[in-house]
Amino acid sequence: MSNATRGIAYEEPLVFERSRPGRRGVGLPPLDVPEVDAETLLGEALRKEPATLPELSELDVVRHFTRLSTWNAAVDLGLYPLGSCTMKYNPKLNEQLARLPGLALAHPHTPAAEVQGLLELMHELEGQLASVSGMSRVSLQPAAGAQGELAGVMMIRAYHASRDDTRRRKVLIPDSAHGTNPASAALNGYDIVAVPSGDDGMLHPDAVEAAMDDEVAALMMTNPNTLGLFETHIGRICEIVHSGGGLVYGDGANLNALLGLSRPGDMGIDVMHFNLHKTFSTPHGGGGPGAGPVGVVEALEPFLPVPVVEQTEAGGFVWDEDRPQTIGRLHGNHGNVGMMVRAYAYILSLGADGLRRSAEMAVLNANYLLTRLQEHYHVPFPGRVMHECVLSDRGLAETGITTLDVAKRLIDHGYHPPTIYFPLIVAGALMIEPTETESREALDRFADTLIEIAREAHRDPEALRTAPQRTRLTRLDETRAARKPILRWQPQDAS
Amino acid sequence: MHYLPHTDDDIEEMLAVIGEPDIDALFAGIPEKLRYSDALDVPAGQSEIEVQKRLGDLAAANTHAGGDAWFLGAGTYAHFIPSAIDALISRAEITTSYTPYQPEISQGTLQTVFEWQTMMASLTGLEVANASMYDGASATAEAALMAMRITRRNRILVSEGVHPHTVHVLTTYLGGLGAEIERLPLEDDGRTASTTLTDDVACVIVQQPNFLGCIEELSQFAEATRAAGALLITSVGEALSLALLRPPGELGADIVCGEAQSFGVPVGFGGPHLGFLAVRMKHVRQLPGRLVGETVDARGKRGFVLTLSTREQHIRRERATSNICTNQGLCLTMATIYLSLMGPAGLRELALQNLAKAEYAKQRLRAAGLELPLSAPTFNEFVVGVPDAPDAALARAKQAGVVGGLDLTRFRPQLGPALLVCTTELCSREAIDRLAAALAGAAA
Repeated sequence: MSNATRGIAYEEPLVFERSRPGRRGVGLPPLDVPEVDAETLLGEALRKEPATLPELSELDVVRHFTRLSTWNAAVDLGLYPLGSCTMKYNPKLNEQLARLPGLALAHPHTPAAEVQGLLELMHELEGQLASVSGMSRVSLQPAAGAQGELAGVMMIRAYHASRDDTRRRKVLIPDSAHGTNPASAALNGYDIVAVPSGDDGMLHPDAVEAAMDDEVAALMMTNPNTLGLFETHIGRICEIVHSGGGLVYGDGANLNALLGLSRPGDMGIDVMHFNLHKTFSTPHGGGGPGAGPVGVVEALEPFLPVPVVEQTEAGGFVWDEDRPQTIGRLHGNHGNVGMMVRAYAYILSLGADGLRRSAEMAVLNANYLLTRLQEHYHVPFPGRVMHECVLSDRGLAETGITTLDVAKRLIDHGYHPPTIYFPLIVAGALMIEPTETESREALDRFADTLIEIAREAHRDPEALRTAPQRTRLTRLDETRAARKPILRWQPQDAS
Repeated sequence: MHYLPHTDDDIEEMLAVIGEPDIDALFAGIPEKLRYSDALDVPAGQSEIEVQKRLGDLAAANTHAGGDAWFLGAGTYAHFIPSAIDALISRAEITTSYTPYQPEISQGTLQTVFEWQTMMASLTGLEVANASMYDGASATAEAALMAMRITRRNRILVSEGVHPHTVHVLTTYLGGLGAEIERLPLEDDGRTASTTLTDDVACVIVQQPNFLGCIEELSQFAEATRAAGALLITSVGEALSLALLRPPGELGADIVCGEAQSFGVPVGFGGPHLGFLAVRMKHVRQLPGRLVGETVDARGKRGFVLTLSTREQHIRRERATSNICTNQGLCLTMATIYLSLMGPAGLRELALQNLAKAEYAKQRLRAAGLELPLSAPTFNEFVVGVPDAPDAALARAKQAGVVGGLDLTRFRPQLGPALLVCTTELCSREAIDRLAAALAGAAA
């Protein structure tokens, strides 16, 4: 059953430990202008000691990073069911297109008239995201979902300020929310009020009503929520917040479940962010870059970040910076445009039908996995789910085996573990998001593996506690790393 | 729909296992009135051939960098990118992995970040660098937020030499937190005027080299901030300058942040690039963003993990140092490969070439009768006055096949008609000569 063998496991030192004085990985052409004396020109400003950089040949560098890469799990190697992160397949076409010189080498300060293709692409993508979400207008500028959240809450603050409504200092956030929600609200100076989820894992109107008063600026919610459940009462909840003068922020992390099926704008969401690297398949890159466009209803349009792309009557595209009520600028240029190019190509490839189909298959896959696993793992909130499902280690309590052990054992079988210990409202949570690009056979193998691990927990718990056993390293000491932080290599460590 | 593997049989069998009659039944949790039944305003799906054609057409409608006659920089620099970088980062293990939450199967990413942290700590002259921020502008805003937390003060002094877009981002970020932002003017030579500080100042932010290309004297600001109990933030405008200029940390900067796009990341219409943020060890617990630390595994072997995560939003929620989670990992990998290829000698030679090209360009422009209004030393970018309207000068340059620089009218009107001209290693002597002749055109 194990499928995690990867040929030879290479050892590889730090890049600095490979260094040999005198080696170079890049040659430069001879200087075609007169040499200058840096000492004369720069004086005291001239650097005395070279930086700690390795001296390597090109092959040294290629081997080093190729070997390092073999230590990573990746979507292209196998199922990567990291809940909330939507680790779907990233089409190769999009990588090729993002590298077209006319897109990859355009300069952000080039006058708009000379980069009409890029402005057209951005304008069209904005429109597509607006249609998918039911929002009135979208800005592509935020560089990641968290920055989109920041922008969204800033717009909420600007909206209230524009109405001289200065009492509103609180933001309501369900206890199942991503950590970025409270952090984004706090960066706007708001106090956070946690709203408890109901026994069914959903947010209930009475809980929101109880927390709602005229000091509430907004409610931030995620739909489907982090348990993978569609928030059935969202319409009523939005009405409650609106009637109290507040706005509703939608965390778009889980939008993949809704494409073409249900739209945040129709639910009553006033402002939301998208994660292009999740829903629209731009690669996750070992931790970014992502992109976090933000969409708003009409009443919030004046507050969008600048610049925005506008289409002129003549059909051309221009930057509009002159928006007096804008929250300002969040990015030094126009955001992570390379990710926009990939997302645009993805949307064109799938089309309206393909987007809806991908959401349907994501939900089918999650429910299939849940059905196959529910007799073997505790399901804290039983029932149908959307794009992801949450299990827990409660059923394994008598074995002493925890979610961490299950996760580590999955690694031995060639799987990246699910998101673990999140959402916080489920003790020992395992949050599984298979995505739509996994086949039935892949899901069956994964389910079989998890079922075998549950059996193994009873039969041979030590095998789980000492997992992973097939990796180069196992169970790294995180406490030690935090207690005496070593955050860089220093030459004296080399001996 | 070739990204979806499901056959009709698969779907039928899976639904049977689940116990639902059809796909629609899976969505019973969505109230009827929230079901979307219209068609999305998205065209029908297209084949790879059609999508290539569409993107090819859009790409063809843009002017782009490349060649030897591109003199536009202003925070985004057209440098040479070694071919090994794209070959390496195209590996799926680098492109299609995510944040290294599970260290046993993320050592490639983790070790790369640790190597990056080491390189940036050394280049900036500080002790700790994080695993990247979105860009130089947001890194500078996060640096200011950090200074406010450390000093518990809220007055921020920002040099007029900081990139106007960076200042705009800073103002946006600090808008909700009661910060007072004041500007420090520039002297006639293009450098920030020295100033004495009162004891309510959280930080002074100076860009190096500044937006107009001038090299600032950092040590005087370090003395002033130290005396007032404030922090000196140096925002690095052109990362390549770190190869040639004394590290800001060595000159007394407490936080060094900036944009590292110059290290092997394409111009890319302004993104994705990568910001960096470096501090002294004593401030590490106030540092935002991911950090990788060295440790050992259960068998005693050296390895790397994400560490000090109690600073971060997923643990600390509203008390986190920032809301950042996903950063610019792939760009960080590109920059780490770049610095490994260049090495100390390569990077220095490259920086010297940039310096020499700029000095040659200045000399040619002067010889053509143009004025260089700022006398401070520069690295690879500088201001040149033009005899008529900047857009007319740029149009002449374009006629001569040269992208002549940035029109400063909107950014620094007090300079009169002027351009910001950047010379990287890719600019040829011949193109510089053409630039000088073209910009001087109307005067001749």
